[in-house]
Amino acid sequence: MEILMAILASILFATAIYNLLQKQFLRIIIGTVLLSHAAHLFLLTMGKLKRGNPPVLVEGVTNYTDPLPQALILTSIVISFGVTSFLLVLAYRTYTLNKSDNMDELRGSSDE
Amino acid sequence: MIYAVFAPLLFAIVIPFLSRMKHKIHTGWLILPIPLFVFIYFVSFVGSDFESQVSSYNWIPSLDISLSFHLDGLSLLFALLISGIGSLVVLYSIYYLDKKERLGHFYTYLYIFMTAMLGVVLSDNVFALYAFWEFTSLSSFLLIGYWHFKERSRYGAIKSLLITVSGGFSLLAGLISLTIITGTTSIREMVNQADVILESSFLPLVLAFLLLGAFTKSAQFPFHIWLPDAMEAPTPVSAYLHSATMVKAGIYLMARFSAIFGGEPSFFMLLSLFGIVTLVCGSYMAVRQTDLKAILAYSTISQLGMIMAMLGFGTDIAIFAAVFHILNHATFKGSLFMIAGIVDHETGTRDIRKLGGLMTFMPMSATLALFGTFSMAGVPLPFLNGFYSKEMFFDASLQLSGYAGTFVEIVAIVLPYLAVIGSIFTFVYSMYLFFGTFRGKYKEEQLPVKPHEAPFMMLLSPIILVTGVIVIGLFPSLFNNGLLTHAADAVFGDEVTKEISFWHGFIPPLYMSLTVVVLGTILVLTKTKWEKVYNILPGNFSFNQIYDWGVNQLEAASNRITFTYMNGSLRLYMVLLLASVTAITGTALFISDGINFEVTDVAPVTVHEVLIAIVMAIAAIATIFVTNRLAAILVVGVVGYGLAILFVLYSAPDLALTQLIVETVTVALFLLCFYHLPNLTKRTESIAQRGVNIVISIGFGALMLVMSISAYNSQFFETISDYFTENSYKLGGGDNIVNVILVDFRGLDTLFEVSVLFGAGLAIYTLIRFRKNKGAK
Repeated sequence: MEILMAILASILFATAIYNLLQKQFLRIIIGTVLLSHAAHLFLLTMGKLKRGNPPVLVEGVTNYTDPLPQALILTSIVISFGVTSFLLVLAYRTYTLNKSDNMDELRGSSDE
Repeated sequence: MIYAVFAPLLFAIVIPFLSRMKHKIHTGWLILPIPLFVFIYFVSFVGSDFESQVSSYNWIPSLDISLSFHLDGLSLLFALLISGIGSLVVLYSIYYLDKKERLGHFYTYLYIFMTAMLGVVLSDNVFALYAFWEFTSLSSFLLIGYWHFKERSRYGAIKSLLITVSGGFSLLAGLISLTIITGTTSIREMVNQADVILESSFLPLVLAFLLLGAFTKSAQFPFHIWLPDAMEAPTPVSAYLHSATMVKAGIYLMARFSAIFGGEPSFFMLLSLFGIVTLVCGSYMAVRQTDLKAILAYSTISQLGMIMAMLGFGTDIAIFAAVFHILNHATFKGSLFMIAGIVDHETGTRDIRKLGGLMTFMPMSATLALFGTFSMAGVPLPFLNGFYSKEMFFDASLQLSGYAGTFVEIVAIVLPYLAVIGSIFTFVYSMYLFFGTFRGKYKEEQLPVKPHEAPFMMLLSPIILVTGVIVIGLFPSLFNNGLLTHAADAVFGDEVTKEISFWHGFIPPLYMSLTVVVLGTILVLTKTKWEKVYNILPGNFSFNQIYDWGVNQLEAASNRITFTYMNGSLRLYMVLLLASVTAITGTALFISDGINFEVTDVAPVTVHEVLIAIVMAIAAIATIFVTNRLAAILVVGVVGYGLAILFVLYSAPDLALTQLIVETVTVALFLLCFYHLPNLTKRTESIAQRGVNIVISIGFGALMLVMSISAYNSQFFETISDYFTENSYKLGGGDNIVNVILVDFRGLDTLFEVSVLFGAGLAIYTLIRFRKNKGAK
């Protein structure tokens, strides 16, 4: 199962990168969303899958799933949510100001 | 000894605070005692029974780099010059620099330099020496650019930095090669292994590196071009760094290493030839100058060339003369620089064409200048130290035949003639300097300020130096046993005994001196007729043009290179970053043999999980092809919700909950923003671009696949998760282990996470509320 998940994660990575390399702002945002999904799946897989109960202490149970990757992922989900929403608003703002969502047209001024 | 070396640096830290009080008392007074104490400390070593001292402090033992200070005769001579002239220069600067100047900066730089220079001449460890060496270049850069509002100052500072630091790199290369050859970082050990170095096949390379370092620092032809531009520095700095001490670092280095290379013919050839050419060119160009400090700068260049040549001769008399001249040059040139500064200060100009007849207004300065210039010219008078070393120089240049192999015979024959020619020009510009400034017609209307004599305290430093000139001239043996012979011993590696006396009888060196005086006088008296000739012959400008051209080309080239990849296209940056990450990580994985596909210990495959995985994969791939906004949101949502279901299946209830909430909010946000954004367009990129994109994304995905499988199969460390499971209730008081980790064990991380969210929230708020204030000026 872990192998399968690794393959899924790498497909997510590849599609994320492909979207990141586009010119349209929206596709780039989609790319970042996919990238964080891929990273989360990657982390979870590294902690071994289906090796026991959910990490909530219960009387008489000694076998729990690795809690550490879950803690990491939880932090990461929240942060990538922040990043995604910021990027979305940034895209909105950029478009209302510049009337373009093409990264090639949004280059900085050349007289730096 | 370490305290003596680092005392100036330590005080440099408090100087900025002291300079706050400059309205009450000039900062110079407060810090004058430091170089004075250092000077007294080093004077206490002087004496005929001097033994070399070593004190060592470990710095980076693993790299065999230590702060080990070795005080022998040569180091002592330099340490005395650095601290002694340093004290005089500080005293002089109190009157030269107005309280309105940025005194804190000035003295901080100056004291950094003092420590660095002491470090250069005392370090036994080659890498410590190199570090100090570069610090002298840096502080020199800062001091030349002290009046940074002047264009010429900035130009001169950059020029000196570029030339001396590139020489410094060459020096570093030479020192590293020496370390590799000998296996030690100590100069004394290297001297012991001199035969190993001389037999090494890398010898020419080592020599070239070291000589380049020394020649750039000591302004030898053709690297001399930075020194005249360095004259933009305040005069105390010119007197100190660019005449008495820093420019002699290259000389010091050559003297230090002549114990190793002394018997090597190519060392003799290169050093004497470059030295003598520098002597002739420098003195010739000095004659053409009209700025007092420019004359002195070229004069310094030529004198440095003379010392360098003498070190190249390598005979005992030559080395003694070199050491002697280091001392003499510091005294008369230091005083002349200070006088030039005084003239500049009191008349407002340094242009010798405007000056003249100042004798009546500034009798003290004129008298001091008289001694200084005549000593520099080598006029045979028994109270001028310059004459002694100049005559020894002639003597040494005559005693070369048969020395250092036969193939240099021709050079040995030519050298005395070149020495005389150089000295004639030296005589000419010395006389010109004195008579042009203090004698001749007084041109009142051309002077910006009415001249008057400088205050006594300002004259005190040059007076002390000129006293030195006369005392050394009258009683040379006073310095002979206690200081000079030790210094010469250290360079020569063997006992050098030399009596300095005025009269040797009618021997060739005397005739050479007389030739210089006679021909020089004729040239001075007929100067007006020669001026045209001086201007016809090519001078300095060609090398300056090469330098300027080189710097411009370099700037243009680096601009071109930078703008090919820094073209403002974020996509290109992403491509470069990802490609290099993939390439480097992949290569590292491959080289370190980290790839491991032997999978053991995996969970069983179940059908519903496989189905979810397939749906997610299809959705992810679909994001690339959809051209409809809503469809795009949907497929991204499918991936997110699929992930949430996977979290549920893999015993991660907290993750699943969070993912569901976040995914829902994200989709809502997407919908909100998509409403304002244009629809997804068909991609317009070229086939080549698309190919690059495909290759990079598939490459990166494949890399992650290989990495994750390999990482899954390798376990190098014991897992730390058990700790959390065991202590979750005991220490954290909670049943939900993930929650306990987040809020308790790694609580600080969560705090930062919250602050990231907070920051993002603030940014979003500002972006939405922000309105362009057009016309609201």
